[in-house]
Order: sequence, then structure tokens, then C-alpha cells
Amino acid sequence: MDVLALTQKFPQTQNLAGQDMTTFAVNSSELADIVKYLRDEQGFDLLADLCGMDWKDRTPQFGVVIHLLSTKNREYVRLHAPCVDDTVPTISDIHPGANWHEREAYDMFGIKFIGHPDPRRILMWEAYPYHPLRKDFPLAGIEVPFPAADVAAVTGQTVEPAPMMGGPFVSSGGLMSGAEPQALDQSWNEEKPKS
Amino acid sequence: MVKSDFGYNSKIEGEVIVTRADAVVNWVRSHSVWPMPMGLACCAIELMAAGGSRFDISRFGMEVMRFSPRQADCMIVSGTVTYKMAEVVRRIYDQMAEPKWVVAMGACASSGGMYRSYATLQGVDNIVPVDIYISGCPPRPEALLDGMMLLQEKIRQEGGSLKRTFRGRTVDTKIVS
Ligand code: SF4
Repeated sequence: MDVLALTQKFPQTQNLAGQDMTTFAVNSSELADIVKYLRDEQGFDLLADLCGMDWKDRTPQFGVVIHLLSTKNREYVRLHAPCVDDTVPTISDIHPGANWHEREAYDMFGIKFIGHPDPRRILMWEAYPYHPLRKDFPLAGIEVPFPAADVAAVTGQTVEPAPMMGGPFVSSGGLMSGAEPQALDQSWNEEKPKS
Repeated sequence: MVKSDFGYNSKIEGEVIVTRADAVVNWVRSHSVWPMPMGLACCAIELMAAGGSRFDISRFGMEVMRFSPRQADCMIVSGTVTYKMAEVVRRIYDQMAEPKWVVAMGACASSGGMYRSYATLQGVDNIVPVDIYISGCPPRPEALLDGMMLLQEKIRQEGGSLKRTFRGRTVDTKIVS
């Protein structure tokens, strides 16, 4: 790809010297223009992936990563775009395939995509109050009402935190045969409560 | 069929069979289970295998899989039940006509399995009464067949009314016969 042409056209774009593919940090206000420019002028005609990021202690905390593929030149490019007030402009009008990816990034991280044609959740149900892939969200979940009120009335069920029993279960590394997944904290289990 | 349920000796009774209504109703029911394949994840593949010619669920009289809950009386929950899908599972269960049974196939349906997470219902028995639990991740088709035969056994032992316990409450559903 023509790195020089890109950085001359968008001077705020920063080449991050990615190890596996060309990587740029881009300004989120220019994101849509850059994606469009890469598609029309540099042949990056396929959106390979779009996902959210949570940097936890950085500001801005959230960002979006976009992988584009040029099917002509067989080349990838990666764009990092930090959010502004947890928002980024949508690119679903440039690559229609971004539509569901953006809904997932919204669902899991709470990143809002300005101009998205259908900004609903995609995995969790619409009334769910949290964004579960955020770093401060516990894997086990937080108690909330059951999605359907009438089913909850019959069953008395709520969305409960899953019993972790010292989990999450992780492999200790090394050869697969000797690395059974184990709970990180084995000092408690079903019989022995957490002290 | 338990032997004592039928009294039949062709020399004495001719063409008359003496039995109890419960026994004959249960016998008929146990051999015409119409399952509703509630396939939600990988376990559903083994459920399909059980329906294929190699394992052949029809040998035991329960091959009539119906994708409409109104034509089925046994829901085989095969797969991971997420909270989002749980509502649908319960609605489909409610649409099935009595008498009805539920089989929780695999670790996920029985207990949430390996999915100890915010998205997964920890066992389908939290929202519907389950008759048979089948272990395995996934259970082999033989295990499913074994579970279904256990269900047949259970149906054969049912009385004139179907008493089910669900979350500590006894639900009594009278059979109209
Ligand atoms: S029990 Fe195992 S095979 Fe069955 S649905 Fe769960 S993960 Fe898949």
C-alpha cells in the first residue's frame, strides 16, 4: 500500500509500525474518510473485522480496531481509532458488513457508532443494562431481572451471577496433556465456602 | 410392559384382554413419544445423529420429531441455554399440550456446563421441570437413547395424574381420558 499518500492526505494519521501488518493510529473524526479513501483509492475493498477495545486505565478508555483487506494486492491494514466520549462514526455506509460488527461492539463495550442505521444490541437482549466485555464487568455477571417478565413471574427466575467456584478455569500452560484447566483460587468450592 | 399389567390367556379369555386404563394409556404413550428437538448448540448434532440410520431412534418408538410444539410432547433441550433464549424455551414448553416431558441433554442443558458466565442460564431446570438429565459434553447418541428409554420407563410408571414438582411446588395435571 501507499503509506506516504495516506499520511500526506491525512496528516494526523500515525504509522504505528505494526509487526504483522501496516498499522495506523487514526483520528476518529477522520475514520470514515480514511476507510472510504482506502477502499476507493488503495483497493482495500473488504472489511475483515471491526471490534472494540477497552484499555482500562488509558484515556480515552475505549477504541475501535478495524482490519481491512485488499483482495487485489493481498494485503491487510489495521486502523486504531480511539473513541471520543465513547463514540466513533459508523463505517457501515462504506462497508455494509460493518453493521453487525458495530452492533456487537456497542453491545459488548457500549461504544456508540454515530450514524449507525440500526443501533440495537445484537447478542444480549435489549433491556440488558451492562456491557459485559468491559474490563470492570465480572465474568460471572451481575443480577438483573429476567428478560421476559411473564416467564419470570411463572418461574421466579432472575439473571443470576454464575457460580464461579474459584474460577475462571484456566490452563496452567505447557503441554496440553499436562495442563488441565483449573480454578485460579482452589481454596473454596461447593462444599467449602469462600472465606 | 410390566407383565402384571395385562392379564391375557388366549385359552381362557379368548380375544379379551384385561388391564387397567392407566397401564394401557401409559403403554401407548411411552411408545409414541413425539420429541420436539430444541437444538441450541453442539449437542443438537448428536441428537441428529441419534435420528440417523446408524443409531436409529425409531427402534424405540420416538422418532417422530416435530418442529411445532403443538404436535410434540417431549422437549429434548440439547445445547446451551442462554438467558436470551431461555424465554423462548419456556414459551415453547408452554405451547406443548399435556402430558409433556422434558429431557435435558448434555452438561449445558443440565447445569450450564462449562459456561459459567453472565450469558448462560445455569441449567434449564430453572425454567422448566426436567424429567431426565443426560450427562456428557456432548452425550453420545447411545446415551440419548438410554435417556429416552429411561423416560419411557418413567412414563409407564405414571399414575392417572401427572404429578410434577417444579421448584418445590407440586403441579398436578389430571389426564383427561
Ligand atoms: S454439553 Fe457440550 S456438546 Fe452439549 S451443548 Fe454444551 S458444550 Fe456443546
